[in-house]
Amino acid sequence: MTIHVHNYIPNSVPGTKRQMMQTIGITNIEELYADIPAALRLKKRLDLPKEGLPEFEVKKHVEKLLSTSKTCDSMPVFLGAGCWPHYIPAVVKEIVERSEFLTSYTPYQPETSQGMLQALFEYQSLICELVGMDVANSSMYDWASALGEAARMASRITKRREILVPEIIHPDRLATLKVYAEPAGIQIKQLGYDSEIGQLDMDSLEKRISTNTAAVYIENPSYLGFIESQAEEIQAQTHKAGALFIVGVDPTSLGILKPPGEYGADIVIGEGQPLGNAMNYGGPLLGIMACREDNNLIRQMPGRIIGITTTLDGTQEGFCMVLQTREQHIRREKATSNICTNEALCAVASCVYLALLGPQGMKELGETVISRANYAIKVLSQIEGIKTPVFRSHHFKEFTVNFDPAGKDTKTVNTSLLQRNIHGGKDISNEFPALGQTALYCVTETHSKSDIDQLAEALTEILEAKR
Amino acid sequence: MSFKQASWSERTLFRMGKEGRRGHILPQVEDGVRQMVGDLWTLIPDSMRRRIPVRLPELSEPEVVRHFIHLSQMNYGVDSGLYPLGSCTMKYNPKINESLANLPSLNMLNPYQNESTVQGILKILYTLARWIAEITGTHEVCLHPAAGAHGELLGTLLMHACLKSNGECEKRTELVVPDSAHGTNPASAAMAGFTVIVVPSGDDGCIDIEALKSTVSEQTAGLMLTNPNTLGFFEKEIEEIAEIIHEAGGLLYYDGANLNPLLGIARPGDMGFDIVHINIHKTFSTPHGGGGPGAGPVGVRKELARFLPVPRITFDGKFYHLDYKRPQSIGKIGSFYGNVAVLLRAYAYILSLGFEGLKESAEISVLNANYLVKKLADVRGITLPYDQKRPRKHECVFSAAQLKRDTGVSAANVAKRLLDYGLHAPTMYFPLIVDEALMIEPTETFEKEELDRFAEAIYRISNEAYSNRKVVMEAPHNTAVSRLDEVKASHPRTMALSWRMYRKKPMQKN
Repeated sequence: MTIHVHNYIPNSVPGTKRQMMQTIGITNIEELYADIPAALRLKKRLDLPKEGLPEFEVKKHVEKLLSTSKTCDSMPVFLGAGCWPHYIPAVVKEIVERSEFLTSYTPYQPETSQGMLQALFEYQSLICELVGMDVANSSMYDWASALGEAARMASRITKRREILVPEIIHPDRLATLKVYAEPAGIQIKQLGYDSEIGQLDMDSLEKRISTNTAAVYIENPSYLGFIESQAEEIQAQTHKAGALFIVGVDPTSLGILKPPGEYGADIVIGEGQPLGNAMNYGGPLLGIMACREDNNLIRQMPGRIIGITTTLDGTQEGFCMVLQTREQHIRREKATSNICTNEALCAVASCVYLALLGPQGMKELGETVISRANYAIKVLSQIEGIKTPVFRSHHFKEFTVNFDPAGKDTKTVNTSLLQRNIHGGKDISNEFPALGQTALYCVTETHSKSDIDQLAEALTEILEAKR
Repeated sequence: MSFKQASWSERTLFRMGKEGRRGHILPQVEDGVRQMVGDLWTLIPDSMRRRIPVRLPELSEPEVVRHFIHLSQMNYGVDSGLYPLGSCTMKYNPKINESLANLPSLNMLNPYQNESTVQGILKILYTLARWIAEITGTHEVCLHPAAGAHGELLGTLLMHACLKSNGECEKRTELVVPDSAHGTNPASAAMAGFTVIVVPSGDDGCIDIEALKSTVSEQTAGLMLTNPNTLGFFEKEIEEIAEIIHEAGGLLYYDGANLNPLLGIARPGDMGFDIVHINIHKTFSTPHGGGGPGAGPVGVRKELARFLPVPRITFDGKFYHLDYKRPQSIGKIGSFYGNVAVLLRAYAYILSLGFEGLKESAEISVLNANYLVKKLADVRGITLPYDQKRPRKHECVFSAAQLKRDTGVSAANVAKRLLDYGLHAPTMYFPLIVDEALMIEPTETFEKEELDRFAEAIYRISNEAYSNRKVVMEAPHNTAVSRLDEVKASHPRTMALSWRMYRKKPMQKN
């Protein structure tokens, strides 16, 4: 049966259609397409579902497909690597599903969009407090693209064409950086690490930094989960060379770790997903970008920024988009970036999350995560055949687990874990061959002691099996 | 036609709360864990400890809820009423898609999970990519871009990769865009390292073919074009345009912001476009969320598929896989595989409409736009530039230039006054080739009565302009706040981009 009238399309009712066509002065909708050359008109039915399904059937269909998923609801999953499992308070979901927020466009008409504008201004403000900066934009796509944009921003400001990044960096983030940097003629050079403790090799920095260096980028905590403790020294070296200091963060660490603003960062980027946004198989995410209050930085910052203003009559405060002359719809090819649609609603989610947690909540979040992760390190390191962590440094929520002493490869271990209904860490053996058979494990406040104990038991069993 | 938006004078979060209040309680650390790890401070290097707590507000849960509910009530969405922003395709966002996108079986998936545990979502993404390829007439589709402009960036990078592999990248440095193009086009071209060459529109509002011919050369990398264009016209010479570009050795890029009226009618791939991006959050009904997240998949013809970002989703007849072995891939443009929760909504949308429904939505979007052309035809002071007789597609562009000359009331004033009638304004001052432009895209979502209400509002505003222009010039009156001082907001002396900055330079109220 053909559904002639669709529930999303009110004017598909034949009578209405006729009436409207009459007003226009046509007898057939085809007349409105008459200027499309006949050769270009589609003559066949496309290979799509022919007719729409009723809502109930759509629901059943999608639910059935997804029901084959195995998630961290049905087994302990120790994966992070840039997309982390954190609990999302019910309030966050309630607010971002408010249809006035959900179904609004970019707030081009501020007077009728004050709610979204204020929420985004508050997001910017909360992020500034968290990272210790003065200015934040209202979002980038994700951490990886924020890194690409930050590199280009630094190059525009310093008029230099080299970015120094650590060798210990997420390979996909590095790949994204390269793709963003290349068309701007920016070279990426990598800095080595201390093979014992993983910390950035200061000699390598000293050797590579020069008057060509636009920026030095570090991540804290690093991709492999350890805390980079030489941030001050790196900052000093960077600024001595006249370069900008860019720091990438996991914001959930900043309730207990020193914010980059306190160790001299000029630009802070990071992944906002863990602040109230679901993993969703890797997207949507939330690119954080913040900088110091410095006109050179602010004018070169990409993306939308919301500011406070007043009504024209000066009687009331309000919010609107600012510095739009940086953006593509005004400046076109001279814009700081082409970004237009961003991740606004994810920013609102993070805003609600930070408002709920407050200073105490963020501190406790950091404490819970670092406690559980270090508990896992302690428990796993007691297992024969495991070396964890690979680097003797302090770890926050992720850490490396090496299976070389057991003579096992990570892939096999992960397969055995999955058979026991546990998902092991991300296999990074190919990403960092120097580290041998290693996996990157992630533990957050959503992993209970019993999840970790269960993992330890399973790994003991698996590693004993061979001996 | 009366409307009054809520106006709560809601204080910012930083002015709310009391010391010690809590908005959320986290799971507590178990004793066994605490004992094993010992003193927390030993877990953090001394140099890296936070000494001062984060200066966040301290709020209880009900306060947080009330605050954001108040804010939401001071915001206008497509669920509130007509949202005719031209080129933005503000259509209805089906609720079923929201509930599906909130399924834990999607929300709780980490992107690095073993393929065997994520077959369902991989199948959905694989199928969606096939459907988009079919709809756009392209060979392979990459779902990674997070937005339309992100898709444009990928598209222009693909052009670059193609030129590079042909050894032409030093030579072909110019990317041509029409003067009526969306701002993202020249910005994306520049970001990918191309020099932007602007080609003018002719008297008919379409690309001036002669001008295009004289623009292309051995330096031409390609042309970025949206079709229908931003005036709502189908570029009827598209076949010749494609020929000119291809003969010059360039590639043709399709900006899919305006694809909605062509669903099931015509395909960019058949018109000769080599690279196509689409806006999932426009054409495929996913919510804009106040500016995002969206998704901007890119489809390409066969020869370009090898350059697409990794991983590609493949199907071996039994299982779906993530394939990273693409030696000629440009690499990556983002962290993972795209805005999956947005893409899932689009999958459900296509399932809900099917081919027939998609075609119907295209046709009705065009019907609605042309209906408004007729309804607004004799509004005093408002004119329809370019061919009066020629049907528009998804949108129509009016000019308020006459109104401004007669009464001083500008397109911006008309837009602000529309807000007073509980409607959203059209896109203003775009495309740049129309003076005092009001660019209107009604979409298929709104019933005839709502379109009539919009037309009636424009009539009234015109009458007001000629009889009582003050009420229009000083609009809006019925929104949460009256007209804002946008200049002041960007002025270095008063600019406050965060609460920190605001505190440092308290703004004078007058």
